[in-house]
Amino acid sequence: MADTRKIPAPIVTVETQAFWNAARDRRFVVPTCAACGKAHWYPRAVCPFCGSDKIEWRAASGRGRIYSYSVMRRAKEPYAIAYVTLAEGPAMLTNIVECDFDALRVGQDVRVVFHDTEDGPPVPMFKLA
Amino acid sequence: MSIKGKAYIAGIFEHPTRHAPDKSVAQLHAEVALGALADAGLTRDDIDGFFCAGDAPGPGPASMAEYLNLPKLRHVDSTELGGSSYVALAAHAAEAIALGKCNVALITLAGRPRSEGVATGTTPRLRDPNQPEAAFEFPYGLTTANGYALAAMRHMYQYGTTSEQLAWIKVAASHHAQHNPRAMLPDVVTVADVVNSPVIADPLHRLDCCVISDGGGALIVVKPEIARSLKKPPVKIIGAGETVKHLSAGTFDLTTSGAARSGPAAFAEAGVKPADIKYASIYDSFTITVLIQIEDLGFCEKGAGGKFVADGNLISGVGKLPFNTDGGGLCNNHPANRGGMTKVIEAVRQLRGEAHPAVQVKDCALALAQGTGMQLGTRHCSATLIMERE
Repeated sequence: MADTRKIPAPIVTVETQAFWNAARDRRFVVPTCAACGKAHWYPRAVCPFCGSDKIEWRAASGRGRIYSYSVMRRAKEPYAIAYVTLAEGPAMLTNIVECDFDALRVGQDVRVVFHDTEDGPPVPMFKLA
Repeated sequence: MSIKGKAYIAGIFEHPTRHAPDKSVAQLHAEVALGALADAGLTRDDIDGFFCAGDAPGPGPASMAEYLNLPKLRHVDSTELGGSSYVALAAHAAEAIALGKCNVALITLAGRPRSEGVATGTTPRLRDPNQPEAAFEFPYGLTTANGYALAAMRHMYQYGTTSEQLAWIKVAASHHAQHNPRAMLPDVVTVADVVNSPVIADPLHRLDCCVISDGGGALIVVKPEIARSLKKPPVKIIGAGETVKHLSAGTFDLTTSGAARSGPAAFAEAGVKPADIKYASIYDSFTITVLIQIEDLGFCEKGAGGKFVADGNLISGVGKLPFNTDGGGLCNNHPANRGGMTKVIEAVRQLRGEAHPAVQVKDCALALAQGTGMQLGTRHCSATLIMERE
């Protein structure tokens, strides 16, 4: 199903500039701590697990699994909001796109696709794998 | 040190309005403040502590302290915990009183989202661009309703909870609301009515959602000597807990709420168990909010909430855990989109024996009020308060 929804641009800050620079190249990176080795979400400059500032923007597999979802059928352009648990560990809020909303289920495997925004970098969304 | 027995709720007032296009927010705050003072039998000059949250107009407590012209303030607290604020502020007032920082505390809530036409539940809102998560949530169309729906969908997946079980929560609230002449939704509804109402955000239906109303409420919390000198039956604060539950950097479990932490803390301080509670006010922004909090407070096992709430178990005089006997946010009102205040107020009514006779719990000596503020499916505040009839 084509997705023509207009997505508002994410607010890019100095803290997350590297993430959005990668997104402009359609590269999905996940912030990972070089000190403790853990990936986290949403991206931050200070590791939420160990406090280190040695955060690396590591290329992610783009694979994940639907943790939960909700279809907004009454929106002007219906959409599916979801949490996707990434293969790298953390779960992230996102949209499931290019899909039949009635066929969505918790536990389905998904993979990342970038979706253009109105006047900012594209944002990572997911479609069924 | 504990707050147990150090402070009493001496005054309560729930604004009668549900739609107030002819009043300002500050005016509503003043009306509920005066109402609670009258209920307690105290005056404005007695107030030396003022407590409010994010609904109070202006920064922190300053504008409303001036509007109310409070002359003797020596303690203020404007902790913002969303809809749960007033449950927590009652405990904060008890803490301040226990420490001698004030003797008579006023807590107010008021707002008019209905008159102002706020698209409360279904429109994404960017509240503060400096919120660090904003860029990773706002583009995806996160709203209040779907934020709760994400928790509901996961609970269904993980524990087999059904829409029909969730519907029983609304059914129970409606059985109580039929006796409340001010309730916005006074008609008794059935499970079929709920599950056949339009889907707002899968799997939540319109009747799984609370109402949107104007209004407000206020509490007066006082030290024991003052409580015993007043006419109303004294209601003792004996335990409290509060927390923030969040997404833990992506490692969260959406089927658990902050009540899993604030509840046990309150029970421990009070020295009572969930089975001792005669009446519970449980925050009911959505049906799923109630179900998850009931589990987390220990009224049933985690995952068993669906079975627990079914078949009228929350209806006063019918079930084991009478809840929200004023009709709650689901049927009565949800002033300023913040239900914590009315949760405390109805618990105090029950302990005083002032609830509607059709829903009054017999020999109600111990009650709990539970608040969840902000959003179950992302980050939220939780506050639990346990109160006892003297």
